[in-house]
Amino acid sequence: MNTASPNLSAPSHSAGVVHATPAARALAVSIAALLGVFVIGGVGFSHISAMHNASHDVRHANAFPCH
Amino acid sequence: MNGLGPLLRTILFVAALSGIGAGAVTAAIHLNSTAQLILKAEVYEEAEAAAAPAPATEQATPAAEAPHDHAVHAHDEEEWEPAAGFQRNGLTVLFTILTGFGFALLLVAASELKGGLTSWREGILWGFAGFAVFTLAPGLGLPPELPAMPAADLMERQIWWTATAAATAIGLALMIYGRSPLFAALGVLLIAAPQVIGAPQPPSYETPIPESLHHSFVVASILASFVFWVLIGGFAGWLRPRIGAQQALAPVAQAA
Repeated sequence: MNTASPNLSAPSHSAGVVHATPAARALAVSIAALLGVFVIGGVGFSHISAMHNASHDVRHANAFPCH
Repeated sequence: MNGLGPLLRTILFVAALSGIGAGAVTAAIHLNSTAQLILKAEVYEEAEAAAAPAPATEQATPAAEAPHDHAVHAHDEEEWEPAAGFQRNGLTVLFTILTGFGFALLLVAASELKGGLTSWREGILWGFAGFAVFTLAPGLGLPPELPAMPAADLMERQIWWTATAAATAIGLALMIYGRSPLFAALGVLLIAAPQVIGAPQPPSYETPIPESLHHSFVVASILASFVFWVLIGGFAGWLRPRIGAQQALAPVAQAA
């Protein structure tokens, strides 16, 4: 269980540090980054009118392009 | 959550907690600074709308026949917008926290490519990078602006903003992690390029907003963003080793 494994769902771990295979690391980082882009896109860039009006002040305050 | 793998769980928890912490503090700053200045700007915006019964704003075309006596914004008056006071301020808190979560995800994900944050101090350095990438670089060409200020086509500005942030991030990475000074030189070129090309600018800079009000807003916005990024980085750097250790052990604890 604690040996390095190519299986994505069975990363090894030791000394309280998250270790994973390079492929598993790349997948985790990619998913996190995509979710970040999605969240920022919704808050700062969505052209949906209700979304714009709801986040209006935050867009101005954070200098996202607005109006 | 256990199907996600310990690294992804770690990133999500670190980013969520950092985003909530940084977002809550920054929202309080915004409500006492930028939000007040936006309200002041809207007084000028309303006065201008009242003076010109058919505002010739570029985005006002579909709403041309809509009544303008209650106009706060020149675009789509019939659309929902939050009520003043609690609802509007509450949304600012909510969206500032969401912004914190989103940017924290990008910061933590990027730092995992270099092995993950190990301390709050290291996190703050990454926060400086985030501040440079998402505030300073796009803000050079497209400074924070108030309602009723002229601006170029929205989509063009969004493309320039995104491309500038991306080029600056890659440029910084080349300078810091590149193997030779040549990479550093390439990084400088990448960071300079979008600024040399220039951000989309409006045909006219005429605005009812006083220059002093705009200047106060630019200072308040960039200062709040600086605090925001230092907090995101600091929280993320402090949390990453702790949550990483906990997540690494979690499946073992479950199996036992």
